[in-house]
Amino acid sequence: MSEAGKAKKAKEVEPSDAETADVIAAELDDGSEVEGRRDLSAAELRGAVESLIFVAEEPIAAKTIADVLKIEVSEVDETIQDLAGEFDQRSGGLQLREIAGGWQIATRPEHHEHVRAYLKSKPSAKLSLAALETLAVIAYKQPVTVPEILDIRGVQSPSAIKTLLEKRLIVARGRKETVGRPMMYGTSKEFLIQFGLKDLSELPSIEDFQDLAGGGS
Amino acid sequence: MEETAQTESTSGAAAEAAPEVSQTISVAGAQPEIIPDSENDQLKIGLGEFEGPLDLLLYLIRQEQINIYDIPIARITDEYLRYIHLMKELDIAIAGDFLVMAAQLIEMKSRMLLPRDPLAEEEELIDPRAELIDRLLEHQKFKAAAQMLWSRATVERAVFTRAELETDKNNPEVAVGLFDLLRVFQEILARHKEEVRLEIEREEVSMAEMIERLRNMVRSAGEINLLHFFQQAQTRRELVVAFLSVLELVRLSEISLVQRETFGEITARATS
Repeated sequence: MSEAGKAKKAKEVEPSDAETADVIAAELDDGSEVEGRRDLSAAELRGAVESLIFVAEEPIAAKTIADVLKIEVSEVDETIQDLAGEFDQRSGGLQLREIAGGWQIATRPEHHEHVRAYLKSKPSAKLSLAALETLAVIAYKQPVTVPEILDIRGVQSPSAIKTLLEKRLIVARGRKETVGRPMMYGTSKEFLIQFGLKDLSELPSIEDFQDLAGGGS
Repeated sequence: MEETAQTESTSGAAAEAAPEVSQTISVAGAQPEIIPDSENDQLKIGLGEFEGPLDLLLYLIRQEQINIYDIPIARITDEYLRYIHLMKELDIAIAGDFLVMAAQLIEMKSRMLLPRDPLAEEEELIDPRAELIDRLLEHQKFKAAAQMLWSRATVERAVFTRAELETDKNNPEVAVGLFDLLRVFQEILARHKEEVRLEIEREEVSMAEMIERLRNMVRSAGEINLLHFFQQAQTRRELVVAFLSVLELVRLSEISLVQRETFGEITARATS
């Protein structure tokens, strides 16, 4: 029954609700359905991957998807690329994007006005300049201690550190084995998410900002 | 002086006040803004976004159109000190960092004035400004990086993901709420009620003993399941003491409570 149902789907025949319900019921009853997963068609695979990304609470790693579907990570990667292509082609309200080491379905930024109107949400509180600068130093120099941050910023930043810790953008990374054993800080996964980064390597190199810095003449 | 003049004009239009200000106090072309706050008759003084001495120096360098690699220390020191004086005059508490930089600038200025020691080794002929220039360049790079982060965050704030579903697990690191704790406690209480017990001897465990017991357990095992801890309690009274000792150790931040999923088991973990 379950194989028949799958074959039907592979042929892109839209099953009626009743038929789909039968298939699902049969699959749920059938304890051995796990083995059958290896031969998913490309279309089924796309559907399966998309649904996993949709229900995942956090950006979901390709490895996690591969484990659930019992297939190779490379297969997942390929499927995700296909899917992302579909999303781009459609250029609808959603995007499939890589963030913080995983994949996520999210709205496109251009629709933010309408989404905010519905959610009745205001843009969340912005970070102060001091906090942003401190965060920039931590992001590029991590793990970094408070005295080292002071050295670069030329100013104490205790409240900025506190804010960043509260917003879970940075985390303590142990103590540095030096005089006073100061606490070291680094950025968190939340940082990657809030700044839309796949990983830290996606940050532009700090040396790229050299040009801006040299313009004194 | 300016302050009194401005206080009077707080009732007047802010637009009128602005040109006066820029005439009276202009340092290195900087025009600190004085914003009359009509609500509580106070003056807010915005000195630009000078987060610290390096910020101020960079501003002055840009203002004076100086080459950052060849800073005329004497000139920039004078400008810097003028600014510090202005801040004093306006009765602004000057952060210590600004004064440290002032001292460093003055020291540098005097070193630049002294003739170089002809006997000095090649290595000692390093430009006294070099370190400052490095710091300024570094600082500027990070200001640009902060700008970049700001734009990224702005775009990201416009992106939304689906709303939370009921099935979503809570973040494992989220601390346990008091109600979760009470629920576990009640579970155990209920279990005790069901059991028929013949109590013969009454053994009292003091709060201090219980705290010590919990502390030792957590310390030796790293983390313990709270359910197991409560189950060890022999009597209702002991259970209450056990519960209180958990609360006490949490208050002292000796342990933290972690619940991996909603209605899941709660573990007590020694705080590092």
